[in-house]
Amino acid sequence: MKVLVPVKRVVDFNVKVRVKSDGTGVELANVKMSMNPFDEIAVEEALRLKEAGKATEVVVVSIGPAQASETIRTGLAMGADRGILVKAEGNVEPLAVAKILKAVADAEKPGLIILGKQAIDDDSNQTGQMLAALLGWSQATFASKLEVEGSDFKVTREVDGGLQTVKLKGPAIVTTDLRLNEPRYASLPNIMKAKKKPIDDKNASDYGIDLTPHLEVLKTAEPPGRKGGVKVKDVAELVSKLKTEAGVL
Amino acid sequence: MTTLLIAEHDNASIKDATNKTLTAAAALGADVHVLVAGENAKAAADAAAKLAGVKKVLLADNAAYAHDLAEPLAALIVSLAPGYDAFVAPATSRFKNVMPRVAALLDVMQVSEIIKVVSPDTFERPIYAGNAIQTVKSKDAKKVITVRTSTFAAAGEGGSAPIENAAAAADPGLSSFLGEEVAKSDRPELTSAKIIVSGGRAMQSRENFAKYIEPLADKLGAGVGASRAAVDAGYAPNDWQVGQTGKVVAPELYVAIGISGAIQHLAGMKDSKVIVAINKDEDAPIFQVADYGLVADLYQAVPELTDALGKLGK
Repeated sequence: MKVLVPVKRVVDFNVKVRVKSDGTGVELANVKMSMNPFDEIAVEEALRLKEAGKATEVVVVSIGPAQASETIRTGLAMGADRGILVKAEGNVEPLAVAKILKAVADAEKPGLIILGKQAIDDDSNQTGQMLAALLGWSQATFASKLEVEGSDFKVTREVDGGLQTVKLKGPAIVTTDLRLNEPRYASLPNIMKAKKKPIDDKNASDYGIDLTPHLEVLKTAEPPGRKGGVKVKDVAELVSKLKTEAGVL
Repeated sequence: MTTLLIAEHDNASIKDATNKTLTAAAALGADVHVLVAGENAKAAADAAAKLAGVKKVLLADNAAYAHDLAEPLAALIVSLAPGYDAFVAPATSRFKNVMPRVAALLDVMQVSEIIKVVSPDTFERPIYAGNAIQTVKSKDAKKVITVRTSTFAAAGEGGSAPIENAAAAADPGLSSFLGEEVAKSDRPELTSAKIIVSGGRAMQSRENFAKYIEPLADKLGAGVGASRAAVDAGYAPNDWQVGQTGKVVAPELYVAIGISGAIQHLAGMKDSKVIVAINKDEDAPIFQVADYGLVADLYQAVPELTDALGKLGK
């Protein structure tokens, strides 16, 4: 079974983003970029399936600017076998990403596609579910455990009330939650080896998919600020303030 | 122009998230119908019919909708699509799972987790863990929207809408339910609790959560939350996680205990009305958003606080 893992290049999770003063977006110049953390978990899970003999090949695919090849290299350095870069400039919405991924999946015919549950830049939490819809496949979002059962899958999902376990008919889409695994760090020899692994270069136009956004971004603004309050000296003062000043007790 | 609100419910009753989503749905300006999809969900449909402003309730009562499986529920919503211009649901795990599937089947872009309806086609939504707010205009003829319920007031009762049965759509049969582990608790749910007490990595163990956090929460009649660090370390179950990728809450009072205040955690609670932080590190970022900060060892301060509240008659 081949496993396809889409990965996204995003602003590193440690960076506190700044909104541009003209309201056209957030400042991306000279900001550290990394693989979306949930996608790292997805790559790790695919690699574990391969190491357990359940998967034969792990292919990472990224849709974005030319620099997204660095994100693919990160996946290859972790241990993925090869990469596919689909170049697309500007704001590519989850629906368009899902359409491109469908075309990639049609060509690659994976038995499983593992995606991060959401990208930490636009926080949309859509691509995996949309891809499942377009392919007509089963889906399990927010996975904290994934088991292969022949060509089917048993997935434990993190839901609002606790955990839910479902069985998916393969081929299937799984999106990762935080507790699925802890991604490995790429070792230096593997980083060197990754430089020789193949990355297939494509363009979004190769797939004939319209990338025109459906959502027009009118502006991007700072959220209303929240000022820090006061420090209290002890529990007695805290209780007194909550009771008389804040009125919440 | 009609809006279909897909209800969050437990078959017996409507969840508070539905009342809050109704406020957002009504702001679109069109009539609102409510879809209750479940198994033996008549009581939930009756409750939905009483919500103020609801014009009609559709009840899809079928075993296929018993377990929140995305594929049959998406198929049902899409089968109803010709009659509606907008599909609105709370951004709970059930609808985060199903609504993008609906959107793709309708070939539209979902607008995720809106915090404000600016006009029927324009919405505000947070990006980058709430560090920026985007205003987006949807150009799609049919809108698919999920709502961040913490920012909308709950709609009340006062309606008496008719209930119609909706035919089940063909089940694609792609997935099946095997089981669930749902925590049974008498405490309020996080997303509707008026008060939340949350613990972080500094709690050090599951036992300490039970010994320090839970008695304080119970004294306050509060829900219990946790930071990602505490959940990852196994000190608290996943459904307690508050933050960018967990639950987003906005209670009257949020008490953060032993939580440093990573931006991902702040994203989930900074809209709380009053924030209290107890942490022994006076430089912890949580103090930058806290209305009342107490620099103290939580193992002394929390029992003291629980006692003091007891003396207040809490």
